Parts: sequence; structure tokens; C-alpha cells
Amino acid sequence: MGEVIGIGAAPKRKEDQRFLTGRGNYVSDIKRPGMTAGVFVRSPHGHAVLRGIDKSAALASSGVIAVLTGDDVKADGLGSLPCGWGITDAKGVPMKEPPFPMLAQDKVRFVGDMVAFVIAETPEQANAGAELLKVDYEVLPSVVGVLEAVRPGAPQLFDDVPNNICCDWELGDKAAVEAAFKKAAHVAKLSLVNNRLIGNPMEPRAAIAEYEPGTDRYTLWTTSQFPHVVRFLMGALVLNIPQHKLRVVAPDVGGGFGVKQFHYGEEAVITWAAKRVRRPVKWVASRSEGYVSDRHGRDHVTEAELALDENGKFLAFRVNTLANMGGYLSTFGPNIPTNLYGPLLGGVYTTPAIYCNVKVVFTNTVPVDAYRGAGRPEATFVLERMVDVAASEMGIDRVEIRRRNMIPKEAYPYQTPVLVQYDSGDPMGCLDGALVAADVKNFGVRKAASASKGKFRGLGYSTYVEACGLAPSRFAGRLGARGGLYESATVRVHPTGQVTVMIGTHNHGQGHETTFAQIVSEKLGVAFENVDIVFGDTDRVQFGMGTYGSRSLVVGGAALSKATDKVIVKGKKIAAHLLEAAEADIQFEAGKFSVAGTDRIKTFEEIAGAAYVPHNYPLEVLEPGLEEQAYYDPVNFTYPGGCHIAEVEVDPETGTVTLVNYTAVDDVGTVINPMIVEGQLHGGIVQGVGQALFENAVYDEGSGQLLSGSLMDYCMPRADHLPMMQVSTHSTLCTHTPMGVKGCGEVGTIGSPAAVINAVVDALSHLGVTHVDMPATPNRIWRLLQNASLPVAAE
Amino acid sequence: MKPFAYHQPNQIPDAAKLLTSIEDSKLVAGGMTLIPTLKQRLASPVALVDLSKLGDLKGITDDGATITIGAMTPHVVVAASQLVQTKIPGLAALASMIGDPAVRSRGTIGGSVANNDPAADYPAGVLGLGATIVTSTREIAADSFFLGLFETALEPGEIITAIRFPVPLKAGYAKFKAPASRYALVGVFVAKVADGVRVAVTGAGPGVFRVPPMEAALSGNFDPTAIAAIKIDTDGLTSDIHAEADYRAHLVTVMAKRAVDAALS
Ligand SMILES: Cc1cc2nc3c(=O)[nH]c(=O)nc-3n(C[C@H](O)[C@H](O)[C@H](O)COP(=O)(O)OP(=O)(O)OC[C@H]3O[C@@H](n4cnc5c(N)ncnc54)[C@H](O)[C@@H]3O)c2cc1C
Repeated sequence: MGEVIGIGAAPKRKEDQRFLTGRGNYVSDIKRPGMTAGVFVRSPHGHAVLRGIDKSAALASSGVIAVLTGDDVKADGLGSLPCGWGITDAKGVPMKEPPFPMLAQDKVRFVGDMVAFVIAETPEQANAGAELLKVDYEVLPSVVGVLEAVRPGAPQLFDDVPNNICCDWELGDKAAVEAAFKKAAHVAKLSLVNNRLIGNPMEPRAAIAEYEPGTDRYTLWTTSQFPHVVRFLMGALVLNIPQHKLRVVAPDVGGGFGVKQFHYGEEAVITWAAKRVRRPVKWVASRSEGYVSDRHGRDHVTEAELALDENGKFLAFRVNTLANMGGYLSTFGPNIPTNLYGPLLGGVYTTPAIYCNVKVVFTNTVPVDAYRGAGRPEATFVLERMVDVAASEMGIDRVEIRRRNMIPKEAYPYQTPVLVQYDSGDPMGCLDGALVAADVKNFGVRKAASASKGKFRGLGYSTYVEACGLAPSRFAGRLGARGGLYESATVRVHPTGQVTVMIGTHNHGQGHETTFAQIVSEKLGVAFENVDIVFGDTDRVQFGMGTYGSRSLVVGGAALSKATDKVIVKGKKIAAHLLEAAEADIQFEAGKFSVAGTDRIKTFEEIAGAAYVPHNYPLEVLEPGLEEQAYYDPVNFTYPGGCHIAEVEVDPETGTVTLVNYTAVDDVGTVINPMIVEGQLHGGIVQGVGQALFENAVYDEGSGQLLSGSLMDYCMPRADHLPMMQVSTHSTLCTHTPMGVKGCGEVGTIGSPAAVINAVVDALSHLGVTHVDMPATPNRIWRLLQNASLPVAAE
Repeated sequence: MKPFAYHQPNQIPDAAKLLTSIEDSKLVAGGMTLIPTLKQRLASPVALVDLSKLGDLKGITDDGATITIGAMTPHVVVAASQLVQTKIPGLAALASMIGDPAVRSRGTIGGSVANNDPAADYPAGVLGLGATIVTSTREIAADSFFLGLFETALEPGEIITAIRFPVPLKAGYAKFKAPASRYALVGVFVAKVADGVRVAVTGAGPGVFRVPPMEAALSGNFDPTAIAAIKIDTDGLTSDIHAEADYRAHLVTVMAKRAVDAALS
């Protein structure tokens, strides 16, 4: 008999058994009888009129079965790819929402935009056919940067979107902010770029679709973080397939980071194609194809100003941002730089007035959407850089200025001036813990040691908060969400007492099969090994919104907790009957139902058995069976946060920045599995360090070519870039989630870029350097040192 | 990848014959460069002639004043060779800095030199040491072998069989790795040989090149300080998203100093 492994324990991950032994089941592992291979023909131009496509040579190529283009999509009357959020400008005018055809019609708008789908017997034949497709382009100038895109005379992507501005969005009290700036003792200013990122999950995207004429049913296997949402968006809004005729399966998925939480045109094309050719069709993206088609992240240009009184108290914060949307609106696109950005500009501070304007801009680049952290890393970066700039200008210590402005623990719940209300938190506690853990008091000694080797050492802080656990549906609806954001779980107790959970979140690296099993094991007193978690199949799981926005444990786990409670409630009724006691007298603890104050008990297995063999059972008042379902819609976001401290060493000779120490003390609420939380924090921090020091998606202005289109040119963080990290938690409990959890999937990515860049600036501050844009590459640092106001010499 | 015929000859003349008789055929050594181009359909030879069964192309021999490394010797073997570590430690160090363990186990010295990637490491070692490229038909001095971007003095059908390195008095290599690819953003090989000093630079321009002013300065005084003030002209240097030409020029001096340091240690 296995044992109960509950909340707070750190068992090895259940899912690793199959992953580590090569027995995972990924989309590209799946083979269907009679399967064909599909290849997308993509635009090689950033911006062009699509004059015509000649299919004849491709169709005549050996093994080619079909060639589908935008004209075929039009002829079949199919819809355009929907955007899940409709934001509005200050006057309430809805955003510009031009159609996003699944195969380009009339025009292509980014390198990688899909123009045709070639289906053949083998991938080689499909590739050969694709090379023979004649596409007639009239090439137009491309615009790839947001500053360039809004300039008069810039290339226009859409006839009815003047200046390429999709929406001129704002948040906050503009007048109050202006008034505060007037009476400020000091105003600090900062211009920065939040660099564009490419997600690079280990597994490239892939899909297989199959149509069964006998039942008129479609099945789509896809590398998705949210199969039910794909079923809804694609079935109801693009292909007109009734929901009950469409099954979407997202089996094992090799990492997502947001890249796989959108409904992609490839999914719609392949599903439609499977019916047209009456055979299963498979497509697997190459890494290069992923670079020009996976949705990118970040890409902001921002001007920020902070008004302070003479003591360094923040009076008001004003932020103007241009956010790149790419060529079309992706599923969550316009929501990310607005609703997930502006409300975070309060941070952990008591700033009374905040105003934020975001111009959401189309450019000839891959559509931009959520990428781990999504909006919140951008907000944290602006704010935490701004705080350092203000501290330096006013001559106040960076930790001291944070303390003077931090929300004290006693002030929670705390209403910010930018919509959100933090339920709980202790930023000062996290800061204090991190100062000790990072041995800040001996930093001077380490700095001197670096100086003796000719290196500059710097320390950087980021005290931050984020909003996750997406999301309260009603609140989100007011902000423009076109769907709900609850989660669902079903707990199925088998007659022998083992448990299968069907949950609407999706596990693609987060360890849900372990964490969720621990919750059930603890609550029902069932052995950990006797709980399995099922996800990722719309035919097996009732419903779900999927995994993103650090929501799985917070929202999905809450649904699971509620469903488990319902099982206990029903179990008590059955136990009361069997033990001939009043329901109110039945207690449930450690897997046993007992009559309070007696030694009369029934085990969980006995109750499960009775529920399915209801011979002695209150059938008049209770249904047989032991299976319960719950939907959970959160009442608020959750607000994890913490303090990150980065320590870097800069080699002034080459400009190389080395991250030498990293400390994080985070408040993630209740910790279910500390090993998994630590892993999430490590991974998140590494992604943020990647943004700060290495990663950069670069487009060529004019041609719209992606210059960083492979792993040879796009620098991912690697193990040897990183020191051993010290991560720990300093938790306050969330007051509104059932288990007090806050979520931990994104905190690392949100807190870290500012900590690292603040450390780099600190290392170079004696040379007059006040800001470094990301990524802080050797070339960029060297350039700064060339232009620095003081001679380059280690102090 | 497009279909191709595959040959695995046992003798060098057979390999050379296949190469000249089949139009659009290509040699494959470790395949670390060639196979990715096939997979991306950037190259589509009708036939591949695999050099791996030509046993006499593998291995390292000590000829006293020179060391000869067979063309099919993988980087990992050069890096770990006692002989190379003792006689030309800078070359063993260079081999150990190439790519990652998988690349070092498959990639070969012959393939690297034949390919002459502008950011590859071996060309700096070969030119810096003034090595001789031994082919199926002749011997070519390093100084007349590397002709520019992916271009060499090899004739069609000519196969590199070995590289012969003179044993230097001192030699060192310093590499500033390109952040993403880890090829050389700038790599400098410095060798003090019987008749002077040679300085060869890879990564900075369209092909490996020597730096006569540094060679002259180091011939007088083999010390990093001798070249600290020597600046490289940015004309003709590469500028790309990873590094601008003037930064590369600056790195040449920094890496040259570090290479001298390595040679002295
Ligand atoms: C991820 C990655 C990272 C890398 N990093 C580095 C690095 O940091 N530094 C570096 O220097 N290199 C690097 N390389 C390249 C690697 O070192 C190989 O040496 C290089 O790919 C060529 O060797 P090969 O044996 O694989 O040649 P192949 O790929 O088999 O052949 C390359 C070319 O040379 C020709 N050829 C091969 N052998 C001969 C011969 N004997 N005579 C004539 N022609 C021949 C082939 O026809 C082909 O055109 C990297 C490669 C990869 C994939």
C-alpha cells in the first residue's frame, strides 16, 4: 500500500517516469492510419501584396495530394482567427480589429505569414511540392519598430487602421497625476526598451487532424496549453464545427511558456484540410519555422516619469508606452500590454496616483502575445528601473527609498489606484529576508575583490508584485475579455477507492500530475500513487480554460479542492447511513469516516464500495456513485511577489556581464510541493535573466526579415551562464483562494530582469552610466563604456 | 532533406574518383556542417562520399619537429591528446573550445579546415602556426590556403588527408565566443616559432587573417604589453547583430593579449 503524500511534501514528479524513460506521448509521436504530411508555404517578405498563386507545378509534383490557399478559405466561407479580448480607448471606442485570415488573402504582413498549405504522401514530397508553388508578390516596404510604425508616412498595414494604431488605451487618473507632478520636489525620467523575445519551447508546435465521415466528427491533436479553448475558438468562430463534433487533444506538450496558449491558423487549416482530403494530416514545425510563426513576446518602447516629494516619497507615476502587436491580433494580443501591464504599475508601493497610456501598434512582424509573465515583467521592469533612477538622482539609498514607499504588511488588503486590490503580502519581509540571504552587508568586500581583478561588481534589487491566477471572469469581462476565466475539475472515485481527476488545466512541464495528486491525497487520505490526473482531451475532460497566467493551481487547484470537498460531503452522507448516525456527527479525517466521540469508523474504500454497490444505501435521498465536479471562478487575482537580488561582475575589457549571485525570496502563498516551486522559480528566473542579458529578436527595418531567426543567432540562456541560485519563500496566505495559494509559474520571470539590469547599472554607475537597455550584451556594455563620462578603470 | 546516393569508399583514390566522376557530389566527414544544410534544403548534392572508412585519415603522429593530424580526427581527440597537449598546448586548448561535446565528438579537423567558416577556430590555429595542408594531390601552405569566406585553395575532387603543424616555441589561443552560436566572435591564435611570431585572427572578418604589426611587436617583445596599443583597422571587419566592426576590432587586441598570456603560462 502506498502512502498519503500531502501538502508541503516534495515527492519526485509522477510524470517523470514516462518523460525520463522516453515514453512520453507528444503530437509528433502520434501516427494515424493513412496519415498524410502537410507543409505551410510562408511569406518570405515582411509586407507584400499577394497578386496570385499558381498551384499547377506544385500539384503536379510527385505525391502531392492537395494545395490549399486563401482563395479556398474564402470559397468555403470560413472565419478569421478571433481575438479573445476587445479593448477600448479612453473614449470607449473599440480597438481596430482587422481580420486575421488563416491563410493570407490579398496581402501578407510578416515574414512567416501563411500563404498556402501543401499536403502530400510524405513530408519530403510536401516540401518538394511547396518549393514548386509559384507565389506572385508585389513587395512593399515593411515597418517593424513601433516608433517607426506610428510616424507619418510609415507603411500602413491595413487601409482602415490609420498610423497602424490598433488602440490608444489608457488607465488611471490623468488629472490627479498632473497635479501631483506640479507639486513634486523631484521628477525622475526614464526611457527604455523592453526587448522582443521568442519563446523557444523545447518541442516545436505540431498538429494532426482527422475527420471521420461515419460520425461527422473531427479530432485535432495539437501542442496546446488550452485544448477546450481551441475547440471553442476554432469550432465556433473559424470553421463552424459544432462543439460536440470536435475533439481537441493536447497530449504531452514539451513546454509552452505562452507560445502554445493561442489558437493558431495552422490548427484551423489542418483541421479543415483533413476533411477536404478525407485523410489524417500531420504537420510538425521546424525550429526555423517556429521562429517566424510562434507568437513573440514583449517589445515595448516606454517613457516613464516619477514624481517624488523631498523625502523620496512617490507622489505620482506616469508611463507612456508603445507596444508592438505584430501583423495581426493574436488570441490575447491586445490584452497583454494593457490590462496585464497598467494595473501592475503600482508595484509594492503606495504611489497614490498613476496614469498609463499604451498605444497598441501593428507592425510587419510576427504577432506578439503572452509570453511567461505577459505584461507584468514589462511593468515591473519600468517601475523597478524607475525607482533606482529616482534613488540615484535624489541621493537616497536604493533599499531605503523602497522601504519609504513600501506598502506595510498591516495595510493589506490594499487598494491601488490602478484597479487591482492586493489581498495580502509582506514586501518588507521579503526584502529583509533577501538582504540576509544575499549577504548584502559584505557586498563591499566582494566588490573590492572584483576591483582587484579589474572587474566592476554591481548589486541590483527588484521588489515586486504581480497579478496572476487569471482571472475573475466578471472583472475580466469589464476589461474586455470575451470568455470566462474559471476552471473546472471532476473527482472520480472508483469503486475500489482509487481516484481519477479530470481537470481543465494543462500540464506541460509544471508538475501538475504531482501537485494535484498531493492535494487529493491529503484531502481524501488516499495514497498518492492511487491518484491520477487527466487533462488535455476535450472528450475526457468536462471543460477548462487551460494553463497560462500562473492559474493552474490557483484556479484549477481551487476547483479541484472544491470538487474534493463535495466528495467528502457525499461520503459523510453515505457513512452516516452505514454507521446509523446523524450526518452532522460524522467526521472525516485521514481517510476515515467516524462517528464523533466513538470508535465506529468506515474507511474511504468502504464508502466508495458502498456508493457503487448500493445494497445498503439511502437510494431514496442519495444517488449512487462517487464522482463530483466543481467549477471555480476566482473572486480576485492573486498577488505573488517578493524580492530578487542579482549580483553581477562586468569585465570592462570585453563588456561581458557575468551573473555571479542570485537570490530570490518570494511570497507564493501556500506551497504544495517545495521542490516543484523551487524548479518553477529557477526556470522563471532563468527566463528573466535570458531577457536581461542574452535574448533579442531583431528584425531588419525595411525588409522585415527576422535577423535572429535561429538558435545560432538568438541567444538562449544556458546552464553555464548561471550561478547557483538561492531561492526561498516568505509566504503570506492568499485570503480568497481555498488553500491560500498564490501561484508561482511566472514570478521568477517577472522579478528578475529588473534585478539584473539594476545590478549592471550599479556596477557601472561610477562611470556615469544611468541605464542599460536589454539585453546587456558585451557589445552594448562596451559601447556604453566608450561613451562613459569617466575613464574606464577599475576603482 | 532531398534524396541522395551514399558512398563509403575504403581508399583515398576511390573517394577522389567518386568525387570527380559524380557531378554535384560532396564529401562528408563529421557532417556537423553539411548535414544541417541538407536538412534545411540549402544544399542538395546528388551523392555523398563518406570519408569515415578511410582509416589512414585518423590519428595524430609525432614527427619530431612537426605533429601531423589526420583529416578525419575529431576535435575531442585533438583536445585530449597527450602529444598535442605537450607539444602545442594552444592547439589542444583551441580544439577543446569548439562547439559542444556532441560537435567535438563528430566534427573533424579536415572538415573544419575545408569548410573555412569565417568564425571557425581551426583556421586560426592552422594559419597561426603556419601549418601545411596535406591533400590527396599536394601540400599547401596555410598562407596560401584560406582564400576568403568559405573559400579555400582546394580544387574540385581534392581531399584533405592531414594537417601538419610545426611545433612552436610557444603558442596560445584566446576566443571570445559569440553568445548564441559559440563560434568565435573573435578568436586569436598567437605562435612564437623559430623565425618569428605569427598572429592569426578568426571571426572578425570574412576570413582568417594575420596581423603584421602585432607580429612585429611581439617578435621584439613576446609580452601582452607589446601589443596593447595596437589597434586594428575596422575596414573589412564584420558588423552584424552580435557585434559591430569597431567592437570586433577592439576584441582582436584584447584576445591577442590574452592569447599571448596563454602562450606564456
Ligand atoms: C552546434 C555547432 C557548433 C559549432 N561550433 C563550432 C565552433 O565553436 N568552432 C568551430 O570551429 N566550429 C564549430 N562548429 C563546426 C564543427 O566544428 C565542424 O568542425 C565543422 O562542422 C566541420 O567538420 P565536419 O567534420 O563536421 O565536416 P562536414 O560537415 O562533414 O563537412 C564540411 C565541409 O567540408 C568538406 N569536407 C569535409 N572533410 C573534408 C576533407 N577531408 N577534404 C575536403 N573537404 C572536406 C565537406 O564536403 C563539406 O563541404 C560547430 C558546429 C555545430 C553544429
